[in-house]
Amino acid sequence: MTLDTVKHADETPDVEQPWQELGLKEDEYARIREILGRRPTGAELAMYSVMWSEHCSYKSSKVHLKQFGEKTPANDAMLVGIGENAGVVDVGQGYAVTFKVESHNHPSYIEPYQGAATGVGGIVRDILAMGARPVAVVDPLRFGAADHPDTKRVLPGVVAGIGGYGNCLGLPNIGGEVVFDSCYQGNPLVNAGCIGVMKHEDIHLAKASGPGNKVILYGARTGGDGIGGVSVLASETFDDTKPTKRPAVQVGDPFQEKLLIECTLEIFKEKLVAGIQDLGGAGLSCATSELASAGSGGMRVELDRVHLRDATLSPEEILMSESQERMCAIVEPEHVDRFLEICEKWDVIAVVIGEVTEGERLEIFWHGEQIVDVPPRSVAHEGPTYHRPYARPEWQDALQADDANKLPRPQTGEELKDQVLKLVSSPNQASKAWITDQYDRFVQGNTVLAQPEDAGMVRIDEETNLGVAMATDGNGRYAKLDPYTGAQLALAEAYRNVAASGAKPLAISDCLNFGSPEDPAVMWQFAEATRGLADGCLQLGTPVTGGNVSLYNQTGEVAIHPTPVVAVLGVIDDVNRRTPIAFAEEGQLLYLLGDTREEFGGSAWSEVIHQHLGGLPPAVDLDREKLLGEILISASRDGMIDAAHDLSDGGLVQAVVESCLRGGTGARLVVPDGLDAFTFLFSESAGRAVVAVPRSEELRFTDMCGARGLPATRIGVVDGEEIDVQGEFSIALSELRTAHEATIPALLA
Amino acid sequence: MTTRIGVVTFPGTLDDQDALRAARLAGAEPVSLWHRDKDLKQVDAVVLAGGFSYGDYLRAGAISRFSPVMETIIEQAKAGMPVLGICNGFQVLTEAHLLPGAMLRNNHLHFICRDQKLRVENADTDWTVDYEQGQEIQVPLKNMDGRYVADERVLDELEAEGRVAFRYLDVNPNGSLRDIAGITNAAGNVVGLMPHPEHAVEPLVGTGRTDGLGFFTSILKKLVNA
Repeated sequence: MTLDTVKHADETPDVEQPWQELGLKEDEYARIREILGRRPTGAELAMYSVMWSEHCSYKSSKVHLKQFGEKTPANDAMLVGIGENAGVVDVGQGYAVTFKVESHNHPSYIEPYQGAATGVGGIVRDILAMGARPVAVVDPLRFGAADHPDTKRVLPGVVAGIGGYGNCLGLPNIGGEVVFDSCYQGNPLVNAGCIGVMKHEDIHLAKASGPGNKVILYGARTGGDGIGGVSVLASETFDDTKPTKRPAVQVGDPFQEKLLIECTLEIFKEKLVAGIQDLGGAGLSCATSELASAGSGGMRVELDRVHLRDATLSPEEILMSESQERMCAIVEPEHVDRFLEICEKWDVIAVVIGEVTEGERLEIFWHGEQIVDVPPRSVAHEGPTYHRPYARPEWQDALQADDANKLPRPQTGEELKDQVLKLVSSPNQASKAWITDQYDRFVQGNTVLAQPEDAGMVRIDEETNLGVAMATDGNGRYAKLDPYTGAQLALAEAYRNVAASGAKPLAISDCLNFGSPEDPAVMWQFAEATRGLADGCLQLGTPVTGGNVSLYNQTGEVAIHPTPVVAVLGVIDDVNRRTPIAFAEEGQLLYLLGDTREEFGGSAWSEVIHQHLGGLPPAVDLDREKLLGEILISASRDGMIDAAHDLSDGGLVQAVVESCLRGGTGARLVVPDGLDAFTFLFSESAGRAVVAVPRSEELRFTDMCGARGLPATRIGVVDGEEIDVQGEFSIALSELRTAHEATIPALLA
Repeated sequence: MTTRIGVVTFPGTLDDQDALRAARLAGAEPVSLWHRDKDLKQVDAVVLAGGFSYGDYLRAGAISRFSPVMETIIEQAKAGMPVLGICNGFQVLTEAHLLPGAMLRNNHLHFICRDQKLRVENADTDWTVDYEQGQEIQVPLKNMDGRYVADERVLDELEAEGRVAFRYLDVNPNGSLRDIAGITNAAGNVVGLMPHPEHAVEPLVGTGRTDGLGFFTSILKKLVNA
């Protein structure tokens, strides 16, 4: 077995290399040879192949993602923007918050439990690497049809994986979504978000500066998991006797991650780190090249020092391994001893594997022989860029012309009642408690709001009651009808949810889930959605701080609905002022805020009653969203409302049912003038919320709405033990509760 | 003199900060204890908090009970020092044989997190004197391995001696025998339960109830009167 050293590569320019099997294109391989002035070694080829992959290099998406930087709204809160492990915003009182959502879609389909578990682990390490203590997680999830047999395989595994990992880390799970649609059959979307909190001065960046500083790898031992395509190289080039099929899905150990968190936070506290990076996708290849590239440029690594779980791993495999629960820190020599001491205290293995060097080369050695000699920027930051062709699909016009507003509507009170029950018991609108009850939402003792509230909220300072809120939203049905508007509707809904909880929206992170970028129709959806999101963020004043793109979510020729998921982060000065969704006080008045139009394209009603998707999604008015947000926040701050619930999929009736069930009270509703009962109950017009106003505050509240120009219509009162729509129908709360809560356990338990 | 309540941090303990906060809110001085350290820092009582100590590897609580800090705690508990084990802490206490029985995986095989109603069956233990006998309280429950089991003879003995300290009401969330949520030793100084009183000490967070604070005020009352 010959080691493919730099010297050997120089001497043997004509060796056939498996660049194709590693996913590189011919021109990409040629470019690597040009950069190096010779053929790459096996280790170098492995590094380039993973770092230039779609997942790591964003080569198809970055020409569109650029807009998030170009259209950034002026926002004083932004402390660290796109490009770091996660963005950071100022939330006042000296605190900074970092947050991000990421996808772990493909692994979760193959191995639901570990795929979802390591998705949580990865996002938590991203947050930790910024210098923050992780304080909460959220999980937006999408699965195939609820009654499909494979959903019963994938969903319980994903939920158990999220719980199994997150619960063991001691992070409250405070929000997210669960959506079913047959378009996600075979391509479930498992997105994971995390929020972390730190003081401004504790922000850490991923860069290796200062020649002489040590590179320390710490955490779990490196094993053969998550190596993926690189095993092709390892087995074909070097040793045919080794097993070639390494598990491509990583295996998580939350206990190790919990130790890593506490250990790292203690290291931060003593200010022992000059730069830090977590190991996720592309493992050590990514961490070493990114740290060096973002720093002064030079690094020397002795790869044989890496602590291994499997002593037979080749250097290429070690570079590529995606073993979980590992971090890489840059430490000044005088802090190394103390660093190692803290790791020992927490039973975390730590090894000095190299140092920052003068010059601009990343050099990696294996038992004294050089196997990598590359300019790190060429690996980490100067990967290929594609301008993929995109075109509005031919079917888009026909889809939009298939107007949902023309579907047959319920004609009688009895039919309305029947459709309300069908709606609230449909898998997408039903209670998700069976799922969320498998997550710990109480740990850390700071959870102010958690699902099924509009937004999750945690207290971050016990003295001042400062808090942060987060909501994640996305609606693939809307985005399929119009990706530009669909992306803005996702943004608007998450923004509205945060405002409804009483918090002020500050910034966003996104997870962009799409089909294959090689399909011009998908690329058009992606281009439209990113343009919509960037324009929307500019208008709302909420910058994109970072996020993630997941492409190739398709089976054969059929792509998933374009599904941009948006996470909005908000801040609230005093969590005592939070607004829950529950209608809890009898006699309180219900007000509908915003305008209701006949908008049924992509609606839950059209899906549940007619299995229909067509027409146009609801219109977006972001200025109205902003105004609604300001009213909700002011009303919360000044104690004018006791409950608020945003209106989105399922419309008003869905929101009222949820708020009534949450509070254990009924409601009497009156259809306002100018609206028919059906539109009143089922329309999904954006920019709306329903609020419960104490009678003593009614005048003050309506005056405020009037003065600011926000339509506020009195639609009823909190009362009794049924939901009664005057002159139409009434349904007992107990019947609604059964309808709403029985569906998911019946399908999945 | 302030009462000092120690809370042990094992690797993998998760609710230690919550237990320290609960002790503080009740008026005690919270003291962090470290698993490798035999020294209990002159605390008057100890809480073993929830979590997944040592990753729950082998069996929940099975490794923790051999840690240096447990040597002292086992010795002191036998001498009368009040010890409260919550969730994983309860599992540690059974593994340490300070309390009888064991916890198995929930009968439905899922992690469960819910607001749980309990009845205080014994209001005479060191950790329950601030409750009324038979009082119904509601505190969060969250566990994977929460199904309390013991053989019939032990169960009968516990019942006969009034050592079933808490029973689940309305819903038995994990299949625990005889709806047992928590038990006490004969002396009443060592108490273990699966639900989490430390998560129910402030009206603002968690479930919004403060029914769990009584555990911590109980021990203060007990120690001050001692």
